[in-house]
Amino acid sequence: MNVRANPARAALPALLLAVLLAAFPLAARAAGFDYRLAPRAVADGVWVLTGLTEDFSRDNGGNIVNTGFIVGDSGVVVIDSGPSRRYGEQLAAAIARVTPLPVVLVINTHHHPDHFLGNQAFAPATLAALPATRHGIETEGPMFNSNMYRLNGDWMRDTEVAAPTRTLAAGPVEVGGRTLEFLALEGHTGADLAVFDRRTGTLFAGDLVFNARAPTTPHADIARWQASLDALAALPFKVLVPGHGPVAHDGAPIAQTRTWLDWLDRALREGAAAGLDMTEMLALPLPAVFERMALAKTEFERSVSHLYPAAERASLEEQ
Amino acid sequence: MRFATTIAAALLAWLLAASAVAAGAGERDPAGQALDPLDSARWADMRREFFGDAPLSFDARVRVSAPHTAENPLDVPAHVDVSALAGVEEVLVFADFNPIPKVLVFRPGRARASLGFRLKLQQSSPVRAAARTADGHWHVGGTWVTTTGGGCTLPSTGSGSPEWQSRLNEVSARLFPRVDGGERVRLRIIHPMDTGLAPGIPVFHIDELALADAGGRALMHIAPFEPVAENPVFTVDLPPRADAGAIRVSGHDNNGNRIAAEVAR
Repeated sequence: MNVRANPARAALPALLLAVLLAAFPLAARAAGFDYRLAPRAVADGVWVLTGLTEDFSRDNGGNIVNTGFIVGDSGVVVIDSGPSRRYGEQLAAAIARVTPLPVVLVINTHHHPDHFLGNQAFAPATLAALPATRHGIETEGPMFNSNMYRLNGDWMRDTEVAAPTRTLAAGPVEVGGRTLEFLALEGHTGADLAVFDRRTGTLFAGDLVFNARAPTTPHADIARWQASLDALAALPFKVLVPGHGPVAHDGAPIAQTRTWLDWLDRALREGAAAGLDMTEMLALPLPAVFERMALAKTEFERSVSHLYPAAERASLEEQ
Repeated sequence: MRFATTIAAALLAWLLAASAVAAGAGERDPAGQALDPLDSARWADMRREFFGDAPLSFDARVRVSAPHTAENPLDVPAHVDVSALAGVEEVLVFADFNPIPKVLVFRPGRARASLGFRLKLQQSSPVRAAARTADGHWHVGGTWVTTTGGGCTLPSTGSGSPEWQSRLNEVSARLFPRVDGGERVRLRIIHPMDTGLAPGIPVFHIDELALADAGGRALMHIAPFEPVAENPVFTVDLPPRADAGAIRVSGHDNNGNRIAAEVAR
C-alpha cells in the first residue's frame, strides 16, 4: 500500500488557497479596518498624520488626507478629522497616546468629505468651521457621505455627517492655551481655512496646497485660489503642512500648486479659444514637469469636466 | 458563508474574464450574430430594438471617444467620428443602460461625418454609434463609460430657474479655422433638455437642429433625444469652404419653440 500522499494532489488545495489569497489581499488587509495612524511631531507640540497620495479606494479606506493636531498648555486643537468615523475614532485614540489633554477644538478646513467625516468621534461642541464651510457640510455633506461609502466600502461603516456647531473667523485666537492665527481664504472651495501656529512657524494650509499630488478642483475658483496662494506664501512659516502630500520646510509645494493652476487655467482658456471639443481637451498631453506628480492625468481629466464648460461658454459668448 | 460567496464571485469573475477574451471583434454566436466586443448584457435588446434583421457588423472605423470615467453624469463628453467610412447616410448614438437609450441621430450633409456632443448617463454603460451606409449596412463602434449615475432622473438646473428659461433656445456659436483648411462650428444652445424622468417635470428637449450654408445646402442635421445634456454643446467640422456667407442654424424643441441663428465669421 502506498501511504505517501500524491504530492500533486496534496498541492492542489494549497495552490487554490494561494491563488485565492493572492486575489484578495486587499480584503484581507482591510478586515481590521486599521488605518495605522502614526502621528509624527513636525514641531514642538505640533503633530501630523500624513495620508497616501492616492485616490479614495477600498484598499486605503479614504486615508489620502493629512490631518494634524496642536497640543497647547491646556487642550488640543485638531485640524481636519479625516474621511470616516473609524478614522476619527482612531485619530482620537492616537491623540490620547500623545497627550492626556482634552480636545477643545476640531477645525474642518473646508467642506470636502475627507476633511470632516471623522467629526463623529469628537464632542459636537468642539466642531468648528468657517460659515460657508458649515453651510457646505450641512447641504452637500450627505451626498458626499454616500459617495464615500461607494468609494471606500466598509471602512465607512456607521459614518454620518456631524456638522460643525461653531463658526470660526479670521484672526488670532487663544485656544487650548496656545495662540493660533486663522486665515479665511478661498479658491479650492468657497471657504478655505488655513491655520498658522506662530510659536513654531507651522502652517496648516488645508487643500489650498497640494504636494507631489495633483490638486482637485470640484469647487475651485482658480483666480481666487491663486490669490490665496499669494497670502500663504507671504507668511513667515518654517513648516508647511499641505492638505495632501508630504510635509515641507519651504514654499516649494505652494509654487508647485501655483504652477499646476497656472497651466490648467491657460490650457482651458487656450483650448476653448482654439475650439477644442471636450473629448479633445481630455486627450491633451500633460507637460513633463508634472510627470512625477501623483494622479496628474486623473485630476486633469476631472478638472476638464469641472471647468471646461465655463471656459467654452466664455469663448462662445465672447462675440 | 461569506468566504464561499467570495470564492463564487472570484470564479464568476474568472469565467467572465475568460469569455470576454473569447468574444473578440469578429466573433459570432451560434446563431451567426456578431458577438458584442463590449460584452454588454443589453446588446441583444439594442440590436433587436434598433436594427431588427438589418445587416450589422462591429467596425473599428466607427470611432467613439469618451472618458473611461465620467466625472459628471449630467454632462458626459462624447465625440463620434465615422469619416473613415464612405457614404454614411445616418448615425445613431445610443447608451445601452440608459432608461432612454437613444441619445441622438445625425445625418452629415456637406459636413464631415463626425459630431461632438454631451450626454446624460443614468449608470455605467456602453456609449455606441451605429453608422448606416448607402448599402443599408450598419457599422457599430463604442466604448464603456463608468459613472456614478443618476444623470437622467435629476431635474435640469434650468427647470428651476426662470432666468434661464427667458433665454430658451438662445444660440452662442463660433467658427474656428482647422489645420486642413476647413472650419469648425461649435454651438451651445440654452435648453433644459428635461428627460421627463424627474418627478413632476415633463419631457422637454430640442428635437431638431439643422446647419445649412448661405446657399441653403444642408451641412448637418441633428435629431437630439432626451439624454442629450442640458444647454447642449455641439462640435461640427466642415470641409474647406467655397462660399463665405454665414452659417444658418435652425430647429425646434418638442414644444414647438423655434431655434434660429446665424453664425457669422
